Order: sequence, then structure tokens, then C-alpha cells
Amino acid sequence: MARVLLFGRLADVAGWRERMIEADSLSALRVALARGDGVLGEALAGPGVQAAIDKTIVRGDAALTPASEVAFLPPMSGG
Amino acid sequence: MSVVLQTEPFEPGALLTAFAAGRAETGAVASFTGLARAEQGRAVALELEAWPGFTDIEIARIGETAAARWGLQDWLVVHRTGPIAPGEAIVFVATAASHRREAFEACDHLMDYLKSRAPFWKKEHGPDGARWIEPTDRDRTDAERWETT
Repeated sequence: MARVLLFGRLADVAGWRERMIEADSLSALRVALARGDGVLGEALAGPGVQAAIDKTIVRGDAALTPASEVAFLPPMSGG
Repeated sequence: MSVVLQTEPFEPGALLTAFAAGRAETGAVASFTGLARAEQGRAVALELEAWPGFTDIEIARIGETAAARWGLQDWLVVHRTGPIAPGEAIVFVATAASHRREAFEACDHLMDYLKSRAPFWKKEHGPDGARWIEPTDRDRTDAERWETT
């Protein structure tokens, strides 16, 4: 189980911003999200989308615990 | 040395006055104010999304790095979140140093970072709906200017 957060256009694509999802790794979480919503799955795999676990950007796969918070971050733009 | 994220509008002049006050050993204060553009009517409002607890910490980290690189005495980043009307200030950056070159360069660097690497997501609301704004190639190459080998 992980708390999943979506930001920017990803939240618009999914129609939600925060959800609890059963997964014991980041890759399993991506599969679960894509199975539930193919368009979101594609958006998560899109260019420039980063994942953060417990507020740290991760590359590749990583294990999740029930207390993990996973955020998907589309390309960033401030100012 | 601080980061402020706020939904309320701010007055850049007041921020600059407060930042520059009481500095007997500072020779240079540089500042930048970014405003929301109307884009000839295409932008009715901008909407800035941040992730509190992540966005502020990331900006603080880059601010500390800039402070060390240019020997800053102080720096300040104020950034709006939520809806922003055309003409309103979105971002204010100020840097203080002994000499002007360091203040200018650190301010420029912080803005380049904020445009393409700080965790904000920007949506433009126009007469025909909304669209997400992503960093331009220019924003990316501007940020790359500061990478040291």
C-alpha cells in the first residue's frame, strides 16, 4: 500500500490527486496505475515525468512500504 | 536566507526595501521581479501549483548552493502559488553580496533554476480553456549555463 500523489497535468489526466494503492514496488505501482487507467499509465511514462518516494526523487525501481508516499512530478516550471 | 511561498499578492518594492535595510557591510543588492503576462488576451489567469514541504525545501537547497558559490551574505525567494492575474508579480528574488557581480550572477542563476527546475506546475487559463505550461528549450539552456564541470 502506498499513498500516491499526482501533480500538474497528471492530476488532470487522472481526475484525482491523491489515492491509496496496493503495491510493494514503484514498478508494481506503475503497472497497477496503468491497469486502472491506460491514459494515466502512458502519461506517467512520458518524457520528463519524475517519481519521488518520501520527497526524494528516485530513478529506476524502488521498494515501497505501507507508509511510503509516492509522488509523480511532470516537467516543472516556475517563475 | 529564506523561501516564502504564498497565495496572497505581494508588493515587490516593499520586499526590496525590507531586504536592503540595515546592511552596513553589503555593497550590492540585486533583485528580479517576474510578472504574469496577459499574452494579448490569451491568458486570463495563471495558476501555480506547488508541493509544500518539497518545493520550499528544494528552493532552499539551491539557495544555499548559490550562497556558497557566490559568497552571498543573504538571499530571498518569494513565490506566489494559486491563481495569479495578469500584471501581478509571480516571483521575487533578491541577493546581497559585498560586490555587484556576485549579487547579479546569483540572482540570474536563481531565476534560471526557478523557471525550469523548481517544483512548480503552471497552468494558463484563457478564453478557450486551460493549458499546462512546460519549460521552453530556452529555459532549459538558460539553466544549463550554470552547470560547472
